[in-house]
Amino acid sequence: MAVVLSIKGLTKSYKPGVPVLKGIDLDFEERGLTAIIGSSGTGKSTLIRIINRLIDPSDGSILFKGLELSSIEGRHLREARRRIGMVFQEYNLVERLSVMENLLTGRLGYVSPMNAWRRKFPPEDVAHALELLDVIGLADFAHQRADSLSGGQRQRVGIARALMQRPEILLADEPTSSLDPKTSVEIMELLKSQGVNNGIPVVVNIHDVELARRFADRIVGMTGGRVVFDGPPDQLSDDHLKLIYGGEGWLQ
Amino acid sequence: MTQPGAQAFPRIPAGRRQPFHSSWQVKLLALLVAAYAVYALGQLDFSYDRFIRGLDNGARFLSRMFPPSYKNWDQLLTGFIESMEIAVLATFFGVLLSLPIAILGARNLMPAWATWPARLIVTLCRAFNPVIVAIVFIKAVGFGALAGVLALVVASIGFVGKLFMEAIEEISMKQIEAVRATGAPFLSVVTYGVLPQVIGRLVGFCTYQLDANLRNSTMVGIVGAGGIGGALFAAFQRFEYDFVLAILITIIAVVLLGEFASNYVKRIFHV
Amino acid sequence: MSESVALAPMSKVWQRHTLRQKMARTALWLVIAIAVMLSLRSINVIWEFLWDAPEQMMDMGRRMWPPDMAYYPKTVHAALMETFHIATLGTLFSMVFALPLSILAAHNITPHKGLNLFAKTMLVSSRSVNSLVWALLFVAVFGPGPLAGAVAIAFRSIGFVGKLLGEALEEVHFGAIEALKAAGATQTSQILYGYWPAVKPAFWSIMLLRWDINIRESSVLGLVGAGGLGMVMNAAIDTFQWNRVAVILLTIFAVVVIGEVVVTFFRRRLI
Ligand SMILES: Nc1ncnc2c1ncn2[C@@H]1O[C@H](COP(=O)(O)OP(=O)(O)OP(=O)(O)O)[C@@H](O)[C@H]1O
Ligand SMILES: [Mg+2]
Repeated sequence: MAVVLSIKGLTKSYKPGVPVLKGIDLDFEERGLTAIIGSSGTGKSTLIRIINRLIDPSDGSILFKGLELSSIEGRHLREARRRIGMVFQEYNLVERLSVMENLLTGRLGYVSPMNAWRRKFPPEDVAHALELLDVIGLADFAHQRADSLSGGQRQRVGIARALMQRPEILLADEPTSSLDPKTSVEIMELLKSQGVNNGIPVVVNIHDVELARRFADRIVGMTGGRVVFDGPPDQLSDDHLKLIYGGEGWLQ
Repeated sequence: MTQPGAQAFPRIPAGRRQPFHSSWQVKLLALLVAAYAVYALGQLDFSYDRFIRGLDNGARFLSRMFPPSYKNWDQLLTGFIESMEIAVLATFFGVLLSLPIAILGARNLMPAWATWPARLIVTLCRAFNPVIVAIVFIKAVGFGALAGVLALVVASIGFVGKLFMEAIEEISMKQIEAVRATGAPFLSVVTYGVLPQVIGRLVGFCTYQLDANLRNSTMVGIVGAGGIGGALFAAFQRFEYDFVLAILITIIAVVLLGEFASNYVKRIFHV
Repeated sequence: MSESVALAPMSKVWQRHTLRQKMARTALWLVIAIAVMLSLRSINVIWEFLWDAPEQMMDMGRRMWPPDMAYYPKTVHAALMETFHIATLGTLFSMVFALPLSILAAHNITPHKGLNLFAKTMLVSSRSVNSLVWALLFVAVFGPGPLAGAVAIAFRSIGFVGKLLGEALEEVHFGAIEALKAAGATQTSQILYGYWPAVKPAFWSIMLLRWDINIRESSVLGLVGAGGLGMVMNAAIDTFQWNRVAVILLTIFAVVVIGEVVVTFFRRRLI
């Protein structure tokens, strides 16, 4: 399989001399869901947000289908971001816009600001949005304001917004951490199936190891800003988990 | 007084209830304020019999105000229409200019090279009372409504610009981040990420500013910048206090009407 | 069955607003556009004057330079102190009247429609009349001088403080009051122990805000003879002594800046 995203020697320090990411090398292929696990503060969010440059890297390269992401700016950066879907832990929907408008936000990179302001989107975008609403089971909610939805519904809208971009990779930063166990499973199912159906890789930061084992095709374990495990879920042993999270009392 | 106090309350003996926790500080403060008031009143040449004479004067003054006289109603009407026009134009152009200035000045959206000039403009617009600005504009463009409009545009930028800037700085950056992450151009980030979060407050500021401009247009009229203020000032100088009262009653009525109208506008935008 | 089939293609189009919402919005935009157009036409801007304005302003600026600094200790300083006293005394006076009025205006404390309406009318009247107009009135009553200014400032502030304070009182969480009532507290102690602690921060911040505004406003009251900096400025303008006007403008600017710093400082400490 071809490599879609290739990260090499990536480092990041927020404060000079205090690196958070200490040289990350990771390749992501065309298909499959990758779960990144690691204890709080190891830099999982930092890593995933550097990919679409919500955070700037300090050093290293991020090659996305032949495009070097780490140094682009302005229009090139925006055009790259259009191709990368992002799902957030706290959904980050625009609360006062309707569900439909939130979905159409995913097309803003392709529509002129003037047309966006007048809500003039191409009919195929609207049709796509209506389809996605069906997929996420919120067909009747198009006109509801985002702040009237439940957490699970919001996250579904968040995923649909990312899918509206017709992304070539889907990133998700702890998409289930604010949700109950049942809803978490449903969200993971949605992410997994959408990745498969659209033939794109999905990268998910996740705290729930069981959930990761259940849905991931590959697990990346991070500790102290480094990758310490990278392999299929069935190879992830308790020893690895001790290495990743430290200590062992919590394992029982 | 904190919540537990509510529980303890019935046990406090009647007559010695203190509304403050550290009453001696408050007493000291009250004493200082009283001392200052006496001192300042002395500075302002305030004396008791001057006050009494004033009250006498006031009674005569009031009796000459009643009943209000509407016999110069045509003057009242033209003055008022002009005041409203001044207010409408000043609010429209003031808000129009405030929007970009506020966005440029918001520190969570813009780098320092953009924020500080924008903030300087807003501070300068706020620093001077519209009357002073009106005097300056009268020197520049002559007596009349244009000077009033310009002066109130400046005041509107100072007010709406500042509040709108603060409103933008209080928005949730998470929503902005999500819109940015889709690759949206800056203007779309503004219309989809920023505006929905502040539009309700913006409508509030605008209706408030229209109201304020209407009131202030009476004020700039006094120094010669058009509108009902000119008629009011002239009535004072001619001692036509009954006409003064008629004008004042009309001002109050219009301001009240304006308040109803602004509530209605808010409902249209359902905020 | 046939119904749902008929509806299916309908749902493929998405519209942001219902027809009614659309019409209301269009109507509103139309009203705004028409109001602006009409005002622009009738205010008859003399464009040559407008384009000439920058030139005129530059000219004024040149005549203001250099400011006649020697004028400050001679006259401006005394006027500045007078302005300060007018603003501060006016704010203090307004507090005395605004407190009871705000209590009467708050419908949760005063459950009497008539009294609410009375208080609200008083507050609206106070707010609708500009401080400069109040100053004109009180100059007629008390004669020219700072006393008229201080009373004018007070009358204008009552409405402002009373309205905001009344709203703060109405927002007081009902549960806290309920607890006091359950404990058998009288109306007075409900106010002292329930409402006052809840609105105290708001009260001080409102007073500070108003004091800040009053400092600015009292600097222009002199234009109609009510004392303070405005009086000196009027004299300087009437005699075309622009370099003295410059000193006064600089003084006002400095006062505004200092006022802002003081207010920020107290707001941090008090609230
Ligand atoms: N904007 C920032 N400025 C400075 N330091 C930051 C910033 N964001 C994150 N950090 C630091 O970087 C480190 C990694 O943070 P990050 O959010 O990437 O961790 P994480 O692995 O996602 O943790 P969690 O599982 O709790 O979400 C932390 O020590 C954090 O304090
Ligand atoms: Mg994180």
